[in-house]
Amino acid sequence: MKNRSLVSIDDFSTEEILRILDLTEEFEKQPIRKLLEGKVIATLFFEPSTRTRLSFESAINRLGGKIIGFSDSSSSSVSKGETLNDTIRMVNSYCDLIVMRHPIEGSARFASEIATVPVINAGDGANQHPTQTLLDLYSIRKTQGRLDNLNIFMVGDLKYGRTVHSLVMAMSRWNATFNFISPDELKMPDEFKMYLDNSGLKYYEHNDFTEIISKADIIYMTRVQKERFSDPIEYEKVKNVYVLRNSMLKNTKPGMRILHPLPRVNEIHPDVDNNPKAYYFEQALNGVFTRQAILCSLLGIN
Amino acid sequence: MKEAKQMSVSAIQNGTVIDHVPASNLFKVIQILGLDRIENQITFGTNLESKKLGLKAIIKISGVFFEDKDINRIALVAPDAKLNIIKDYEVVEKKVVEVPEIIVGIAKCMNPKCITNFETVTTRFSIVSKKNISLKCHYCEKITNQENLEII
Repeated sequence: MKNRSLVSIDDFSTEEILRILDLTEEFEKQPIRKLLEGKVIATLFFEPSTRTRLSFESAINRLGGKIIGFSDSSSSSVSKGETLNDTIRMVNSYCDLIVMRHPIEGSARFASEIATVPVINAGDGANQHPTQTLLDLYSIRKTQGRLDNLNIFMVGDLKYGRTVHSLVMAMSRWNATFNFISPDELKMPDEFKMYLDNSGLKYYEHNDFTEIISKADIIYMTRVQKERFSDPIEYEKVKNVYVLRNSMLKNTKPGMRILHPLPRVNEIHPDVDNNPKAYYFEQALNGVFTRQAILCSLLGIN
Repeated sequence: MKEAKQMSVSAIQNGTVIDHVPASNLFKVIQILGLDRIENQITFGTNLESKKLGLKAIIKISGVFFEDKDINRIALVAPDAKLNIIKDYEVVEKKVVEVPEIIVGIAKCMNPKCITNFETVTTRFSIVSKKNISLKCHYCEKITNQENLEII
């Protein structure tokens, strides 16, 4: 994987994904290792994303690397009208690896073709966010002890949520069964259902939470965003249908875990937080270990 | 000339005839092949009757013989096009176009949020379906289908 970029989860083979997850396990056991001493990592955040940026910067700091970059394009030369092409060419000569978040789709692939150093896509518009997918896979494997033959429930905005799209594609490598719970307006797009059909995998669609969640190994919650609805009345109607409460978890499997890419708004009631099945904050911590593993793999360290 | 029937577009001595071009896409074919920038003699007819296409166009280019990879570039807009290679007024070879696996620099990505619509980037697509042409953008990974296909 040395000197490769990570733009889309499909860039990695199943074997490579598993190798990253194994390495993540090592970093979880021992997170402070000065493997990036003397390395400079650029974190270019053309749109703000506090959570992802802090997770990357925490990972780099724990590895002893140095960070250059910006957290918002208004404080960079982009506000002067510089093209992405020029920004990447310039930054490329200042650093050993580029982490980039950009609102325009395909920008990360474009950057990876210009840069001679590896590029990690930290989110390109509604397209891809592969480090999130890898940390989700790590969280699933860690809590379930395996990736094969799991029943994955996805809830909320399945239409625009790139994390659920990438996770569907990734989990389809391990014979998952999917249950999609969403309002009609935010259903899983046809292209992903077609992909599952072609792969011979089972999926079921539901409009609300029912007893069916007792079959879940993982419940992956997402935020239903107000701005996705053209009609605000429709939003008001559905916003409380997709709220997970502690009382609903009674008949779920003991090993079931609830994941959420965060930030959450009201879709997981705070009374779930103390339930041992709630895993979203640990999931966020796993993100730091996963990013340590990705950084080291792409730089050919370890 | 062998054929006695009246030809809508007069014959050429040496060169290439591109037949069965959908009339609506004639100028796209001209643009893709760069026929508007060469100095050879070109004659074309359009809105000619065709049993298969309804209205078709035909282009006759004197003194030009295309490489397969160049001619396949028109497959997106003229998938049924047939080529006759003419030498000394005779058809010496017939060719059909084939949709290539990768399309570079011909089509525009329909996703308004794609990087190719913001910066100078040569577009690049892989073909997801050849029948009802549908293209997957190498950059934003979104699908552009036939109805939304725009030629750059």
